[in-house]
Amino acid sequence: MAGATLRHTAWILRGNPLTAIAAAGVVLLVLVAIFGPSIVPYDPIASNVSQALMAPSAAHWAGTDQLGRDTFSRLIVATRLDLVIAVSAVGISFVLGAVIGAFCGYAGGRLDRSVGRFVDVMMAFPLFVLAMAMVAALGNRVENIVIATAIINLPFYIRFARAEVNVRRNVGWVEAARASGESHVSVVLRFLLPNVLPAMAVQMSLNLGWAILNAAGLSFIGLGVKPPTPEWGIMVAEGARFISTGRWWLVAFPGLALMLAVLCFNLLGDGMRDILDPRMRT
Amino acid sequence: MKGFGVTVLRAARRFMSSLPALFGVLVFTFLLMRVLPGDPAVFFASGPNAGKEEIEVIRKQMGLDKPVPEQLLLYLYDVGRGNLGRSLMTGQAVTKDLRERLPASLELTLTALLIALVSAVPLGVLAALKPGSFVDHGVRLFCALGVCVPTFVSGLLLIYVFYYLLGLAPDPTGRIDVFTSLPPSRTGFLMIDFLLAGDLDGWWAAFRQLILPAATMALFVIAPLARITRASMLVSLGSDFVRTARSVGLSGWHIVVTYALRNAILPVITIAGIVFSTMLGANVLVEKVYSWPGVASYALDALLSSDYAPVQGFVLLMASVFVVVNLLVDVLYGIADPRVSI
Repeated sequence: MAGATLRHTAWILRGNPLTAIAAAGVVLLVLVAIFGPSIVPYDPIASNVSQALMAPSAAHWAGTDQLGRDTFSRLIVATRLDLVIAVSAVGISFVLGAVIGAFCGYAGGRLDRSVGRFVDVMMAFPLFVLAMAMVAALGNRVENIVIATAIINLPFYIRFARAEVNVRRNVGWVEAARASGESHVSVVLRFLLPNVLPAMAVQMSLNLGWAILNAAGLSFIGLGVKPPTPEWGIMVAEGARFISTGRWWLVAFPGLALMLAVLCFNLLGDGMRDILDPRMRT
Repeated sequence: MKGFGVTVLRAARRFMSSLPALFGVLVFTFLLMRVLPGDPAVFFASGPNAGKEEIEVIRKQMGLDKPVPEQLLLYLYDVGRGNLGRSLMTGQAVTKDLRERLPASLELTLTALLIALVSAVPLGVLAALKPGSFVDHGVRLFCALGVCVPTFVSGLLLIYVFYYLLGLAPDPTGRIDVFTSLPPSRTGFLMIDFLLAGDLDGWWAAFRQLILPAATMALFVIAPLARITRASMLVSLGSDFVRTARSVGLSGWHIVVTYALRNAILPVITIAGIVFSTMLGANVLVEKVYSWPGVASYALDALLSSDYAPVQGFVLLMASVFVVVNLLVDVLYGIADPRVSI
């Protein structure tokens, strides 16, 4: 069974080379996140002032920062934190959004309308500003970046799940499940949700890139992650001070890491959407 | 003229239906700001060794000693009278601060939107004219990369290239360099004020400061605009009326611009509206990179020094701009396609 699924996936990926590359990129990112800290050539936190602000060289592939720390090592180590923030934020909003949206779409009526209003209010906010305010309100910690990113993503998942469930609430197999004595809660959780999950998984992959950018943006303005923790956004912020004196590597390499990570997730999401629903291709 | 009346009616209805959301924003922001850590009374007392009584007096002055629901009602009453409170940071009324700084943000965002539209629409049209061609793939690649580079990175790299390497751009801080004197403020938009004052050197100086941050923001939003232009152009180029226009021998560009593009522009307007509101919010990063004295950096500074009123005022302003932009999109929609009705 698993072998057949695997073969089928491989067959699909052969027809979509770009998606295959993106999938490989995501796998590589995850591997780096897991094993990165144990394979880096230098300590990402120990400073060595005699080597400060060195341009990229054979010894330091991505140069060194103002404290002489190896930028390449810091980049590799940062992968884990950046991925954990993005994945957990998107995971939280996915689970909450799917359940809330599905119940609203199934129940309709007053509950649906008031949640819809709440979602409208959320979407009328400048979302990045909302995230900023929430991190400031909850306390300047990494967990709160996760929570803030999860909350600003929530409206999109609620809407998505609501719409998907709403069109299916009265189709034949749902009627059949109800007729055979399933409770409403069980109809939603065991019948409707599994049916909208594939479409939502695509949404999730597209969303991960956005979550990475969002978290990096927050730490860039000084919220959440504190130095000397290696994280891509804060590395750019620290490098920003040296850009007008020509130390490009402190900004360019963390920027490149961010770009590649977001690109992989976006391409994977696009590819998955094309495979699930070829009509959506643009 | 009947079509215009319908459009106005529709816009009015949309406006009414967005009022509850605005009200929700108001309450939500108020509650959010009350949860913020740090006691502003302590923060703004005369110094670290301010006595307990002094802090109490300040708390009373700021109304922080009253119960939260009462504070909310007072706040709503004040907002209703157009009073958004006073910023503790600048010592001025928030409305005054926002009014002074909003033109800077608007000038930046509008220029960025203009740059984005002027580059995205032709790119999208070119890609749609020859799907699958070299141009199409190029545009696709550019779009895919554009949304992946965070604005704070592309902004810094633009500074590196144009300020450090090429020396073309001025020192990337603020709206104007220290040597240029400001024009008399009429609109608050420096480019327009300089023109009105007839000061072309000043205009050039302001333009040079503006172009890099605007380009930074534009780079990030070209992708969605070009994508939607391409998709919608493909549909309209494949439709019957374009085939008919071709068959009666109209010239190629005439068909593309007058018939196909006009019919394809509706979704582009919608996305442009969404993009504009997103840009106003995401301004924070660009304004920080370029030390741009706009409303977003004002709100960020206020937030970091637990100054409630400016942040509330900023979020309310952004939500109102959002509503106004949506209305504008509705009206434009009605003008671009008179068939659109309620």
